[in-house]
Amino acid sequence: MWSFFHKLGSPPWLYGISGSILRWLLPLTLLALTTGLVWGLLFTAPDFRQGNSYRIIYIHVPAAVVALAGYYVMALAGAVNLIWKMKMADVAMKAAAPIGAALTFIALLTGAIWGKPTWGTWWVWDARITSMLILLFLYLGVVALYEAFDNKEAAGKACAVLSLVGMVNIPIIYKSVDWWYSLHQPASIKFTGESTIDPSMLYPLLLMITAFYALFTCCLLMNMRAELLQRESRTNWVRKLARDGGRD
Amino acid sequence: MYFQSMNDLLYMDGHGAFVWTAYAITIIVIAVILIAPLRRQRGFLRQLAGELRRQQGAASSPGDN
Repeated sequence: MWSFFHKLGSPPWLYGISGSILRWLLPLTLLALTTGLVWGLLFTAPDFRQGNSYRIIYIHVPAAVVALAGYYVMALAGAVNLIWKMKMADVAMKAAAPIGAALTFIALLTGAIWGKPTWGTWWVWDARITSMLILLFLYLGVVALYEAFDNKEAAGKACAVLSLVGMVNIPIIYKSVDWWYSLHQPASIKFTGESTIDPSMLYPLLLMITAFYALFTCCLLMNMRAELLQRESRTNWVRKLARDGGRD
Repeated sequence: MYFQSMNDLLYMDGHGAFVWTAYAITIIVIAVILIAPLRRQRGFLRQLAGELRRQQGAASSPGDN
């Protein structure tokens, strides 16, 4: 167990293992994404009230779910960096922020596009949508804060504190549709009790949620690898990699 | 397949423009977040390889003359 943690702190080991994970996870992710997109777009029946506009659910919900999960990853990595000063946690945190921002952006944008034919408006300042916008700003804030510091260690600490403080936003996002009256519908998929979504729509949606989790993992690992190389540019293993033309 | 024709698929009873725009933007964003780290990694390794070659050249050239 401890030797595993020890290895986790070793950049060449992490670079190697992430490379071998990506070799099978990346093709699998692309396959799942393509299958899910085609399934949702072409092979499901339209919703009986919303018609075809509901097909946006297959990208909107997965993006939003994983944008929230990504925030846990970022804040947890920040906490590990603050408490144990683990460098790799800092790398993971910096890697997670831009992906989370991209996914939150997808969720907000597809939500706006879905809102127009369904609610008759692109945007409402209700609790769910506003708290998701704050999530986007938190992600972008972490990205910008990293760039604002010359000192990497100070940057990592400041970003970790920002993301931990931002955690208060997460339960607000989850509960916003129950606490406040909103145009946004409550969750259709429930862990406890019956889901209010037809299985023919549920399966492609679950596939897309899984695919988005895999996408997040792939992007996280790829961002970490790029960051690792830059931070370790003076070490022998990175120099050897550069001389060999980048093949690992 | 749910749709009867290509036109049905594109039009989607009036929702086509919304659905297709949402999907197109999503695919573009996904492509960007997948390609950006690969480009960064490749660019960095190429740059470092160039620097190492130059250093090697600078270190060996005084001995050659």
